[in-house]
Amino acid sequence: MVSIKELPKEEYLLKGHAACAGCGPAVSLRLLFKALGNKIIMVVPACCTTVIQGPYPFTSSAVPLQNILFESTGAAASGIVAALKARKSQGITVVGWAGDGGTVDIGIQALSGAAERGTNFIYICYDNEAYGNTGMQRSGSTPYGAWTTTTPTGKRERKKDMPLIMAAHRIPYVATACTSYPLDFVNKLRKAKDIQGTKYIHLLAPCPTGWRCDTSKTIELGRLAVLSGLWALYEIENGKFKLNSPSDRLMDRAKRKSVKDYFVQQGRFRNLKEANVEEIEKWIDEDWERYGKLASTNSS
Amino acid sequence: MTQMIIDTANHIAGYAAKAARVKVVAAYPITPQTTVVEKIADFVEMGEMDAEYIRVESEHSAMVACIAAAAAGVRTFTATSSHGLALMHEALHWASGSRLPIVMAVVNRAMGAPWSIWPDFSDSLSQRDTGWMQFYCADNQEVFDTIIQAYKLCENEKVFLPAMVCLEGFILSHTYAPVNVPNQEEVDDYLPEYRCGWELDVNRPCSHANLVSPEYYMEFRYMIQEAMENAKRLIPKVDKDFFEHFGREYGGLVEKYKCDDADLVMLTMGTMASDAKLAVDKMRNEGLKVGSARVRVYRPFPIEEIMKLAENVQMISTIDRHISFGMEGFLASEAKAAVFDKTDKPLIAGFIAGLGGRDVTAGTIEQIAKKSLKWMRNGKIEKRTEWVDLKE
Repeated sequence: MVSIKELPKEEYLLKGHAACAGCGPAVSLRLLFKALGNKIIMVVPACCTTVIQGPYPFTSSAVPLQNILFESTGAAASGIVAALKARKSQGITVVGWAGDGGTVDIGIQALSGAAERGTNFIYICYDNEAYGNTGMQRSGSTPYGAWTTTTPTGKRERKKDMPLIMAAHRIPYVATACTSYPLDFVNKLRKAKDIQGTKYIHLLAPCPTGWRCDTSKTIELGRLAVLSGLWALYEIENGKFKLNSPSDRLMDRAKRKSVKDYFVQQGRFRNLKEANVEEIEKWIDEDWERYGKLASTNSS
Repeated sequence: MTQMIIDTANHIAGYAAKAARVKVVAAYPITPQTTVVEKIADFVEMGEMDAEYIRVESEHSAMVACIAAAAAGVRTFTATSSHGLALMHEALHWASGSRLPIVMAVVNRAMGAPWSIWPDFSDSLSQRDTGWMQFYCADNQEVFDTIIQAYKLCENEKVFLPAMVCLEGFILSHTYAPVNVPNQEEVDDYLPEYRCGWELDVNRPCSHANLVSPEYYMEFRYMIQEAMENAKRLIPKVDKDFFEHFGREYGGLVEKYKCDDADLVMLTMGTMASDAKLAVDKMRNEGLKVGSARVRVYRPFPIEEIMKLAENVQMISTIDRHISFGMEGFLASEAKAAVFDKTDKPLIAGFIAGLGGRDVTAGTIEQIAKKSLKWMRNGKIEKRTEWVDLKE
């Protein structure tokens, strides 16, 4: 495990980028560059990072970056990987960096195709649980009960379980991460870099603008999402499921923090009723039963 | 040494992609394009073609993969038809906006609903405004030659635009005909290796296609228009240069047949021009001064050639294998637009024929021409748009 002091000093997310105050994705993007270095080619579909990188003639990316259509990150990465192979270029990592809408909704087909073809690239879904770039509309990754501009009284459906959908593609590496656990994210990226094939990392990235919370709460809310058990940190390496710290200590529900503390700090959950919270707590328990089963299958 | 091959236009398109030393092919199957990509899959798997072949999960992804591969600095090829092309629509804009020299074979097929697998130009003509150059072929040999010419043109630094090489489904795609396939050295001599100069490169990082404010967007569009104008000037040169290498040429933007002394010219695209030539010969024997002109390049549109054509004729009859609903065929509209500034204009009549694969024979064209001659002699177009062979 890398320590914070071992991270390179070089910055490839340059100053003057256009992220909102407290932006979780921007914090993680900076770390991604530190983890992977500058021998990478980024593929970025329509998402907050379209804006974060800044408009022409400026860019805040110090690595080559291909902006591409909303639904097509997987396809664009496939094209670049093929071209690099044709050019006999070696040692270059292709990285897809897409939001939750561009991943779990409109981009799922191209991503699934790229994974099924075993395309050698890392795909990171930075998940702020709504279409942030267009002003916070509901996505398939928006959690139950959350306000968005298209679910003004709260979303009535549950969040799509994208990491396990990707695991069903039998790709060599699937992991979850969270902006609030930077070293865990960096380690997962570095591990992914050394694996051949499609690597998928689903990063929960708090968004004060959309989550309706103070801009100082980004890291704290990410931690609460993990410590309450609402978002588990795990990796599935060659089909083997493993919980990572601190989620590996949360199998016992008594050790999990109250999910209410997470909800009350966010304006987007202001319509949640007590009964809703109880239901969500039940779902969290079910999720953990499943994690338990997945973990025990590996050890047997 | 040149090899004579008897094969379908679809297979010939595959031979052309191989001869062009394409490095990345990304394609998704659709009738009647399938045998293009099957042929390429054969070439790649048998080690006859040194290319990466991405079997994508949709046409949209096929075009995006070509865009990304071209942005990463290699020559790319794909092929599609009809609904596949329509699904690519969004990505077509991205390809031209990114100034990438992608060449795509479009095996023309009518659009549904209702389902049709037979040819017309409604698929490619619906993509008129995407910033792609469009070539329409009249035979199998021209399919091969145009794909090679298209790379030469698209990769010219004054152009840097993508091109569609269109061929009608079944009429060409599945029809065997003899084709001269030049040897690899001859093609290499005409078409050197692709060099981009601004590809995605970790040693010279840059962002491609990032957000552009109103302060700059219009200039980017103007540059595409300029590139189209440049292409219009370069196409006859590319064609002539091709002739010097291979002994074949196609008249640049417009192929003319017996137009010099014609009173009436039949203006068509694609294979209809071959039937038009037969009809012209027959009518010439009857003493009727009819000629045929084929718009080989639809984008950039050959305005100057059409104006020149209009100088000496009394009438032009366009035959569109296409209809812009609520208006008329594009060829009719654009031929009229091309001559609008002339004081002494010929009559122009628009005919719609051959939609969804309805046969257009030399006889059909003769019938259209004779009706046109009647209107010409009366000095009046009786109907702005006439549908040919329409059932009651």
